[in-house]
Amino acid sequence: MSSDTAPLLTLTGVNTHIGPYHILQGVDFAVPRGSLTMLLGRNGAGKTTTLRTIMGLWHASAGAVRFDGADITAWATPDIAQAGIAYVPENMGIFADLTVRDNLLLAARSGPIDETRLRWIFGLFPALERFWSLAAGVLSGGQKQMLSIARAIIEPRRLFLIDEPTKGLAPAIIANMIEAFRELKKNPDTTILVVEQNFLFAKSLGDAVAVMDNGRVVHAGAMAALAEDRGLQQRLLGLSLDQHQ
Amino acid sequence: MKLLRAILSGDPPRGRVLTMVLLAILLGLALAPWLFPGTASLNVAAKISYFVVLAASYDLLLGYTGIVSFAHTMFFGIGGYGAGLALFNLGPSWSSILVGTAAALVLAVALALIIGLFSLRVRALFFAMITLAVASAFSILASQLSAITGGEDGRTFRLPEALRPGFHLDAGPVALNGRIIAYYLVFLASLILFLAMLRVVNSPFGRVLQAIRENEFRAEALGYRTVVYRSIANCLAAAAATLAGVLSAIWLRYTGPAVTLSFDVMLDVLLMVVIGGMGTLYGAVIGATIFVLAETYLQSLMAIISHATAGLPLVPLVFHPDRWLLWLGVLFVLSVYFFPFGIVGRLARR
Repeated sequence: MSSDTAPLLTLTGVNTHIGPYHILQGVDFAVPRGSLTMLLGRNGAGKTTTLRTIMGLWHASAGAVRFDGADITAWATPDIAQAGIAYVPENMGIFADLTVRDNLLLAARSGPIDETRLRWIFGLFPALERFWSLAAGVLSGGQKQMLSIARAIIEPRRLFLIDEPTKGLAPAIIANMIEAFRELKKNPDTTILVVEQNFLFAKSLGDAVAVMDNGRVVHAGAMAALAEDRGLQQRLLGLSLDQHQ
Repeated sequence: MKLLRAILSGDPPRGRVLTMVLLAILLGLALAPWLFPGTASLNVAAKISYFVVLAASYDLLLGYTGIVSFAHTMFFGIGGYGAGLALFNLGPSWSSILVGTAAALVLAVALALIIGLFSLRVRALFFAMITLAVASAFSILASQLSAITGGEDGRTFRLPEALRPGFHLDAGPVALNGRIIAYYLVFLASLILFLAMLRVVNSPFGRVLQAIRENEFRAEALGYRTVVYRSIANCLAAAAATLAGVLSAIWLRYTGPAVTLSFDVMLDVLLMVVIGGMGTLYGAVIGATIFVLAETYLQSLMAIISHATAGLPLVPLVFHPDRWLLWLGVLFVLSVYFFPFGIVGRLARR
């Protein structure tokens, strides 16, 4: 165990190859404990590959991924998950043929679902209670995303990796999602790393930020600082906030 | 009602029509010696019983876990040969059946484990090819070790006295002979095995298998070691297929490559699962019943049609009993076309 002030997750010089392609080319960044860190960047910058590399779904060809002081670079995915990292993939990684209930039961690894926590989740995502016994495949896109996040938070985890939670969702559902993340953030032991394209969403929730480009982290710091520096946003993300506000 | 739900592991058949059909099959099999007296019909009922177990165990692999294996009848054969050779060599006693069954189970589970651990990491197609190779090797081995297995002819053996046709038991108003006792042994064992598999697929373990079938990486990301789960599923399915093989040997009083190890049997099982509906054990019941009935009675039915239409041009030729295999094929193509999710998939919506 490392000290409480050390980052929960650290990536040092992480390189990942997918077939002949060199996707991550020396990723360095840290996720502070108890923070919500946003990982931003253009399409193809390597954000999803970073999450998948942390999860062990693709193995780093060089560099190190350290979680709470332990080098997890070469660990198998189930071991990484069991160490307390929950992963919500971008394509709403639900099990479509299984019911909402079964999807959540699968994620409850340490035994039966805690009733209080389930009530809390139903409070965040009421649709899940309504469609409890329905096959997850028939839910709407937003509901699937809710289920995907609910599955990650059904048990307390030390780190949540969430890939583009707002992708393709209607504004009303994004607002719902923001509320859910705010609720999740209230727990000081919860650390979250979110890959996001929606800057307004990122700005409203993020404590820290890392921006990726061409397989590297080109900026890391406080989200508040990036939110106030339009020039930096323009340079890093090609954003003109005037168009977004 | 609560007890029934518990027996069915909280997974009763969905839909009224499906429930009625399954109930009819259950009653038909349970009362077969009285409803359909005669050796031929009892043979059909027994064959349906142990093929339900074989098809359900294959569905555990194919439908629930997404594993395509062609070695399933190898395990069926191991069961048949295990019980058969034990009865042949050790004599017609219950202990021979137990010893043969235990040895067959150990061999089958060990083989399934080895195949699983060595090859479930590879892609589905390669796994299917590996199982095909292993099953072919086993079939050739069974044929060539004729001093032990009886080669292509197989082995005929005697059963313990209580299961022989000449044995009679007066059980009050009902007179039972050894053949009926053997039938009930096969039927009840098949029923218990089916309910046990229903329990497996409705357990947390079964839920993980279905998750793996849908998306292996997602299941891994939730912390499940998919190779371990797939290997256990492979072993469980192998064990159930082995026990189905033991039941077939007990019923047929014979074991040989044609009835257990041949690739034809593998194709039959595959068709039963596909026709009945994959990913639902009730599909195995319907698929096995329809397949065995069609295989047994289609030829006779066609003879009747051919005879009845003797005066018409061409029709008697089309329905000539010799063409029953062609019509069996047509029936299966039509059933797959009209019931893409299997018969259970269609009936469950009604």
